[in-house]
Amino acid sequence: MPKPDLSVSIAGVTFKNPVTTASGTFGSGMEYSEFVDLNRLGAVTTKGVASSPWEGNPVPRVTEVYGGMLNAIGLQNPGVEVFVKRDLEYLKQFDTRVIVNVCGRTEEEYLAVVERLSEEAVDLLEINVSCPNVKEGAIAFGQDPDALFRITDKIRRIATQPVIMKLTPNVTSIAEMARAAEAGGADAISLINTITGMKIDIERRTFVLANKTGGMSGPAIKPVAVRMVWQAAQAVKIPIIGMGGIASAEDAIEFILAGATMVAAGAMQFHNPCLTMEIIDGIEAYMVRHQIEHVTDLIGTVQ
Amino acid sequence: MKKKTSMNVLDSRQLAEGIYSLVLAYPEGEAPRQVLPGQFAGLYPRDSSALLMRPISVCRWDPAEGSIRFVYRASGRGTKTFTGLKTGDRIDMLGLLGNGYETGRMRGKRVLLMGGGIGIPPMLELAAVLKGEARSVTAVLGYRNRELFLADEFRREAEVLVATEDGSIGTKGNVLDAVRAAGIQADVICACGPMPMLRAVRDFARETGACCYISLEERMACGIGACLGCITKTRQIDAHSHVRNARICTEGPVFAAEEIDF
Ligand SMILES: Cc1cc2nc3c(=O)[nH]c(=O)nc-3n(C[C@H](O)[C@H](O)[C@H](O)COP(=O)(O)OP(=O)(O)OC[C@H]3O[C@@H](n4cnc5c(N)ncnc54)[C@H](O)[C@@H]3O)c2cc1C
Ligand SMILES: Cc1cc2nc3c(=O)[nH]c(=O)nc-3n(C[C@H](O)[C@H](O)[C@H](O)COP(=O)(O)O)c2cc1C
Ligand code: FES
Repeated sequence: MPKPDLSVSIAGVTFKNPVTTASGTFGSGMEYSEFVDLNRLGAVTTKGVASSPWEGNPVPRVTEVYGGMLNAIGLQNPGVEVFVKRDLEYLKQFDTRVIVNVCGRTEEEYLAVVERLSEEAVDLLEINVSCPNVKEGAIAFGQDPDALFRITDKIRRIATQPVIMKLTPNVTSIAEMARAAEAGGADAISLINTITGMKIDIERRTFVLANKTGGMSGPAIKPVAVRMVWQAAQAVKIPIIGMGGIASAEDAIEFILAGATMVAAGAMQFHNPCLTMEIIDGIEAYMVRHQIEHVTDLIGTVQ
Repeated sequence: MKKKTSMNVLDSRQLAEGIYSLVLAYPEGEAPRQVLPGQFAGLYPRDSSALLMRPISVCRWDPAEGSIRFVYRASGRGTKTFTGLKTGDRIDMLGLLGNGYETGRMRGKRVLLMGGGIGIPPMLELAAVLKGEARSVTAVLGYRNRELFLADEFRREAEVLVATEDGSIGTKGNVLDAVRAAGIQADVICACGPMPMLRAVRDFARETGACCYISLEERMACGIGACLGCITKTRQIDAHSHVRNARICTEGPVFAAEEIDF
């Protein structure tokens, strides 16, 4: 059998393999470059960036829970200007695709970042619509299908790169949200973001995280994520980037069979900093074992 | 490329109530050339439902043996799995991590080391490195009660003062009570311990005009500067965050006390 073909494409952008990093778990790649050859990744997905620097939440910001972790970083970021000059500049030296995750508090803030990035070396934009939205009365853009449709449409009109809408699992119907993003013109969707959770220190009788609630990620959320990717794949035609608790190539393949075109490793990189490379090797080995020539032949093939 | 290191357990034993010592050797040829006092490593619990590493400071580094000694309190789910380790077992380790103390700046100076509780272990490697380099090294160790640990090892490297909260041994009270009682003068102070202690040490350093370095703790996920979980507020906007948030795992854990807003 010839060497398996791991390449995939989303909205006309080709990737050498279907493996990327979940936003916020990999910085902009710099920190992990001692552990991961960034040239091997299908894409680097960067930490959320806003139009101006954000301080984020007070500490404690992270804690462990059974089979996973909670985080409430609060989207700390240095703002798009520093990001362009430092992080994008750094990523230029690598032969990998760059997906930039964008966050904002208001529609204007999202649009400002998208506009600022329009002429930069960015292959795709990933829009994190799970941030609290001040203008819409604290309902996240990502929790109301009409709001999601509108922001997707607005961003799509000004973006020069393909747009991925990143969906939150904290909704009643993921299929409905996926359809809203598709109707708004999204080129792809990614899911899942973290599931809102809480941990209490019973000795001190306090919340463990300063923010009280935090987003749960890690292996414990994987079955929820696989289910949601599958439901979204049934609902829309646009490609899906699947994530949530991926800890191995086997986990990644589950997402692909459920309907994901690409997969992202997140919190489990904290457990194994070389995880992304092991996933790429493991997918290739699986394809050899199952005589699969193109990884795209696996997408959504669960029976 | 770097990866987690599968360390070899040379020795694992209890030192005091809830306090354990663990000596880990690098596999042949993998030991780092240099280990700085104040640096730490991420030790992974032997329980796959506990996925984050536990940050534990270097207590002693033995370059000849290629081994690091850690001294830790078995307090929660992860650290409790370490107590079952036996000689010959393996444990995954991330690191070394963090910046460590710049001991070059302390050459010829009178150095005062203050460790409170589980902040005591990292001071031992620092004392050993400073011995013979600094003009004098005094280590002030603060314990809860008569369950002392590492005090004898410290005596081989430095002048030692002990404080206990219950007064059972040494000065009754905290490390600063012991320092004041003994009237110690210092040019440089290095401290590790709970935040209230570090604040008091900083104020003491201001009063006496000493230069003060502190080692901070925060909950960590990645340990290498990527997740932004472990920040501390700084007085100045820093080059990385642009919002006065230094990462303890990367820019720290050792900071000049005056850099930190606490
Ligand atoms: C730079 C640094 C150096 C340290 N050096 C030492 C040392 O030499 N000896 C020692 O005994 N302890 C040290 N600590 C504290 C030690 O990391 C925690 O006690 C330990 O992580 C607790 O884990 P657990 O499994 O007992 O608790 P769990 O309750 O199972 O921990 C749950 C999660 O919270 C984190 N966590 C809980 N308490 C702390 C804490 N106080 N600081 C940081 N993270 C915490 C854990 O890492 C884990 O991710 C250090 C911490 C830091 C940041
Ligand atoms: C520390 C941390 C920071 C994160 N930051 C972001 C972020 O800035 N933007 C975003 O869209 N998602 C962010 N996420 C969510 C992840 O990208 C991912 O969707 C989620 O963690 C599920 O995947 P996992 O279980 O593999 O971690 C963050 C997750 C973690 C753990
Ligand atoms: S633990 Fe991730 S940045 Fe420090």
